[in-house]
Amino acid sequence: MKGTMISLAEVRRKRRNTLVISVMLIGILAAFLISMNTGVIRMSPLDVVKTLLGFGTAQQHLVLFDFRLPRIIISILIGMGLAVSGAVLQALTRNALADPGIIGINSGAGMVILLYVAFYSSPTAAPAYLLPILAWLGGGVAALLVFIISYRKHKGLSSNRLVLNGVAISSGFSAVTILVSLRINPEQYQFVSTWLAGSIWSKDWSYVTALLPFIVVLLPFVYFKSQTINVLNLGAPLATGLGAAVAKQQIWLLAAAVGLASSCVAVSGSIGFVGLIAPHLARRLVGQRYQILLPATALAGGLLVLVADTLGRWILQPSEIPTGIVVAVIGAPYFLYLMFRTKG
Amino acid sequence: MAENSRLHNSQLESEPALAGQEVERLYSRPITAILIILGGLVALILALVLSVSFGAMDIKFLMVWDAIFHFNPDLKEHQVIHELRLPRVLGCMLVGSAFAVAGAIMQGMTRNPLADSGLLGLNSGAGFALALCFAFAPGLSYSYIMMFSFLGAAVSTIVVVVLGASVRGGLTPMRMVLAGVTLSALLTALSEGIALYFRIGQELAFWYAGGVAGIRWEQLKVMFPWVGVALIAAMVLSRSITMLSLGEEVSKGLGLRTGPVKLAGVIIVIMLAGSAVSVAGAVSFIGLLVPHVARKLVGVDYKWIIPTSAVLGALLVVLADLAARTVHPPYETPIGTMIALIGVPFFLYLANKERREL
Repeated sequence: MKGTMISLAEVRRKRRNTLVISVMLIGILAAFLISMNTGVIRMSPLDVVKTLLGFGTAQQHLVLFDFRLPRIIISILIGMGLAVSGAVLQALTRNALADPGIIGINSGAGMVILLYVAFYSSPTAAPAYLLPILAWLGGGVAALLVFIISYRKHKGLSSNRLVLNGVAISSGFSAVTILVSLRINPEQYQFVSTWLAGSIWSKDWSYVTALLPFIVVLLPFVYFKSQTINVLNLGAPLATGLGAAVAKQQIWLLAAAVGLASSCVAVSGSIGFVGLIAPHLARRLVGQRYQILLPATALAGGLLVLVADTLGRWILQPSEIPTGIVVAVIGAPYFLYLMFRTKG
Repeated sequence: MAENSRLHNSQLESEPALAGQEVERLYSRPITAILIILGGLVALILALVLSVSFGAMDIKFLMVWDAIFHFNPDLKEHQVIHELRLPRVLGCMLVGSAFAVAGAIMQGMTRNPLADSGLLGLNSGAGFALALCFAFAPGLSYSYIMMFSFLGAAVSTIVVVVLGASVRGGLTPMRMVLAGVTLSALLTALSEGIALYFRIGQELAFWYAGGVAGIRWEQLKVMFPWVGVALIAAMVLSRSITMLSLGEEVSKGLGLRTGPVKLAGVIIVIMLAGSAVSVAGAVSFIGLLVPHVARKLVGVDYKWIIPTSAVLGALLVVLADLAARTVHPPYETPIGTMIALIGVPFFLYLANKERREL
């Protein structure tokens, strides 16, 4: 009797999870079509589908495949990367308020990219594949700094300290970024300011191919580790008791989270709050198990950034609002609401 | 806040050794304070002369004296000193004192060691209001700009206070900082959006990071009375702030009506932070750094902490401005960045001190 009840609950939960995932997929598809349709050159949804299938005019083909499609794909990839990175960081630090932006990864990665832009060349001349790697370096240094400062010998990582130190390190890196950005010429400055505001500037297929390997390798890696993340999420003492090699796993997962976030920042500029909101939304919908939470988080993140990017292009046509600003305007109030709800 | 004091009390009860330390820490050093304030004023005058004489155009020290006391409008040097450098240095002093005293009052009232008008989002509130001004009413007179700046600071103060009041058990220092950072992120994002749309990015960006280069006499004339009145009010209020800094229960026990005092404190903070932001931009960390140093030097009595903070804050900003002009001439580095470079390590030190789990 008891067994059947459990399995009933299990079945119900599975059905619910499938529903959530499919609704999100449909959402992304819908946002995809709308986003394809958004821009100076109008196209009906039917034309979009036609062109996608290869029956459009040459102009439609150019607009869709060379301008809009790469951007949309980048938006989805960035959303996924940042969201999963946030979910992993939240489990590692056991802090519901952790986010790649708050931990300092965004500003670290941003600083390195800017140093590169300032001293070597214009961003467009830079080989696209180099940017994510550079960003990983900067993000890694920032994250490492924050973790080392927050680590206490006998108590381990204090998650509150981690957030505070992250805030401080972030503003330190931003200060250096400003120092550098004031010395560059006005043309570069224009790029830098939109980049800092989180604009998906690279609408080129080469950036898709630069970002894709990171996402394709790191997302499955994190997904295969989801059982480990479940265990780590219980806290280091309990995880050790359950037989996990805590320190080793933490370092691997941290490297993956930093890699995901930094490669996204390299292509998109600093977009905050995605890594915070998407996991929270997903957790509310599908619960704590990372096997299902991670895919749901990835989809929620992709949907969020795609919608934000589309909104940013749509609101003030023909000029654009950087995606980062749109996300912040949605994300910051949600974050305050979360803080307001959870008890200290 | 309530949670804080509870934590505080339980620490006192459970650890008598700590209690001894806590009592020992309640010291005040009036003589040291007077010496520091006098020494600080002398240093400030020296810094003023140095800062005025240094710049793209090299000017001798004696010339500075002449320009101030025997102003001759025919001389180019006198013109530069009188029109550009003097207001700039005086502006730096006012800005420094205002941010530092605002920070001191906030730290005393909230008992939050990380309180600072920048970190808690007041500065970006004022900044957002200014971005609106630049975008929708360009060429607005400076007194109006300052009014809007006050308004912006007041709105974000209300948000932080309401958040603090509505969370059960009060906001811990960490949550308060997080709320402030998030609020700043939101307001900065909105300001950036406005800046990009109205193409006022470049002027706004420099101002945002702390631009004191543009300070002129007319701004000083508007700003000075506000800062002056607020500083005097802060001194009048200092006794009550000292009591508040001992905890809500203690100050009530000592017969303080905490409500009106807190309201007055908040108004002073808004006046100080709002007017400082309106000329210098959203500079963080001054209000964090200076009061801590002052407290270390002169003890826990706000009657001494406030004037010491005012003097040291002025000195810090004048020196930071001097450094900002020296680093990479003839370009200027925003002082906000210079101060962040000192402030960040200090913040890290404060946040990571042992014994205090925030």
